[in-house]
Amino acid sequence: MPSRSTHEWLEAAYAKAVERTKERQKRFESSSGAEVDATYGPEALSDWNYHEKLGFPGEYPFTRGVQPTMYRGRLWTMRQYAGFGDAEESNRRYKFLLDQGQTGLSVAFDLPTQIGYDSDDIHAEGEVGKVGVAITSLDDMETLTDGLPLDKVTTSMTINATGSILLAMYVAAAKKQGADLTKVGGTIQHDVLKEYIARGTYIFPPRPSLRLITDVFAWCKDNLPDWNTISISGYHMREAGCTAAQELAFTFADAIEYVDAAIAVGLTIDDIAPRLSFFWACHSNFLEEVAKFRASRRMWAKIVKERYGSDNPRSQSLRFHTQTGGATLTAQQPINNAIRTAYQAMSAVLGGTQSLHTNSFDEALALPTESSVELALRTQQIIGYETGVADVIDPLAGSYFIEELTDRVEKEAEAYLQRIEDMGGALTCIEQGFQQREIQESAFRLQRMAETKERIVVGVNQFQTEALEVPPILRVSPEISQRQVDRVKALKGRRDQAAVDRALADIKVAAAGTDNMVPLFIAAVEAYATIGEICNVLRDEWGEYQEVLTI
Amino acid sequence: MATEQRTLRVLIAKPGLDGHDRGAKVVARALRDAGMEVIYTGIRQTPEMIAEAALQEDVDVVGLSILSGAHLEIFPRVISELKKRSVEDVTLFCGGIIPEADIPAVKEMGFSAVFGPGTDTNDIIAFLRENATERA
Repeated sequence: MPSRSTHEWLEAAYAKAVERTKERQKRFESSSGAEVDATYGPEALSDWNYHEKLGFPGEYPFTRGVQPTMYRGRLWTMRQYAGFGDAEESNRRYKFLLDQGQTGLSVAFDLPTQIGYDSDDIHAEGEVGKVGVAITSLDDMETLTDGLPLDKVTTSMTINATGSILLAMYVAAAKKQGADLTKVGGTIQHDVLKEYIARGTYIFPPRPSLRLITDVFAWCKDNLPDWNTISISGYHMREAGCTAAQELAFTFADAIEYVDAAIAVGLTIDDIAPRLSFFWACHSNFLEEVAKFRASRRMWAKIVKERYGSDNPRSQSLRFHTQTGGATLTAQQPINNAIRTAYQAMSAVLGGTQSLHTNSFDEALALPTESSVELALRTQQIIGYETGVADVIDPLAGSYFIEELTDRVEKEAEAYLQRIEDMGGALTCIEQGFQQREIQESAFRLQRMAETKERIVVGVNQFQTEALEVPPILRVSPEISQRQVDRVKALKGRRDQAAVDRALADIKVAAAGTDNMVPLFIAAVEAYATIGEICNVLRDEWGEYQEVLTI
Repeated sequence: MATEQRTLRVLIAKPGLDGHDRGAKVVARALRDAGMEVIYTGIRQTPEMIAEAALQEDVDVVGLSILSGAHLEIFPRVISELKKRSVEDVTLFCGGIIPEADIPAVKEMGFSAVFGPGTDTNDIIAFLRENATERA
């Protein structure tokens, strides 16, 4: 056989074959619209250096994974995001999930808690306990964590604008349990920049928000060494419509903003980087997602080494949580979502995630029921224990296409990141609505593609059925919300009001100065000051963020 | 039919506290591309703010998007604020995560249509062209 390149084969033999059998699409493309060839060959790896591009697992640039043993030592943490109603109800759900073999907790808070309103505030009406658990004071946090050993179980809390206050409550609850704070582990999301871009639960303007974040970095370094101080999230921007490469670029731009803010207040890269964690989405383009996870590790390792000059492997290694794509779930033929979720979970595992949340099939309809959550958890257990994919580290490495795609996602993301840098960085871009506009464009393009059937969504624009299956859904009963409101009112009546007032006055003084706020938050929540009271002091002092409207 | 009338003015609003604005923005953009005048409020709007915007902008249509599950509590408050301002002849529609079982209650409140996940924006455009008329 004369030796031919893949390109030559595509031009001749393949082109001829296509004349006989037409391709089923005019163009095949990645999530960002880049064209995908019919096949990839050894040329994809021609000037490719294994040690430079991949390295061994646990070694720079960490493309293959952050630990040398990966899932052969321990599987990823199976962490289902849960929480609804009041603290008592959610505490029951957590105990159920731990009994089912879940290995870490992940707390969903209701919107008033996320935006700094007490359950009995007028702004909270209709929202108490709806999308997560209502936590107004330490009293609720104690109920939430009752019977859960906080020095053993790790807890991830999806909380941003009020992250430092919820962290204070968690620490106060752990102290009450008598836990050794050096053994208390977990994560707060605390990534406010992406709230301005996509998720929307901001309170304060960017500068004071960044200060709360660096206060948490500094306080945890000395007092809560095992805590992941931030979970820098691409997830919500992806859910809002951006592409895989944009997800990486926007997230790393935010990360750079946080690291720069920390360095500006005197911390070093190695003080903070080992405790940074990341949060990616996993959507349905299976191989592109695997490539994205691998590219993300390599990109971050390079940023930490080249931009910040750190040679500490702990600082360079990007640890991440993954959640399957909520926006890929359909209300039509909801059971199909279980299959989508399983494939997405598989690509997260092939991409080397440290922890994983699998969505439940009924989440395009309402909050998931106990049985749908159980199925989602079983999906992870089947991948981990039955499929064998966890037995070999980075098993797709060396595939022509996977390596080509990993390089391509990285290149696209780097170009985007450069654009953001050239415009002045993440924060300046947010203030100008850049990321918001880019995400909207991409979301609109995806919508149009579904409407013209360039993009097939099974059960929605193709293979529809008339019969509407309506599985049972979870509802938070109004009595539970009312019970929470009553509990908050009762607490406000029985606590030592003078102690609360003193603690709030201290917060007001510190907010106008530069002292670390975290110890003051702990003192305030220990006096049973509420989240709304603390946030109102800060609102008075700092003002509130105004959304940049980009329509 | 609304073909000979002035351009429909549509307010797209996000009541409640959730920040999921992907759907609201996609709909706003699609309606604008279809030639309607669209005002988008942004997220976290109180019922008072929405009703005030509907009044000030003199809209023909109000579309509400909510994904937090608070629709049964918040929608009636929006409607009562609209009434307080005598904005009663607007066409109301909504979208987001509205469980099937709640649709009759939502329609009872005065919403002419509920557009959930997976909706083709052409269906919303067609619906408004068919049903919404310019206010007197």
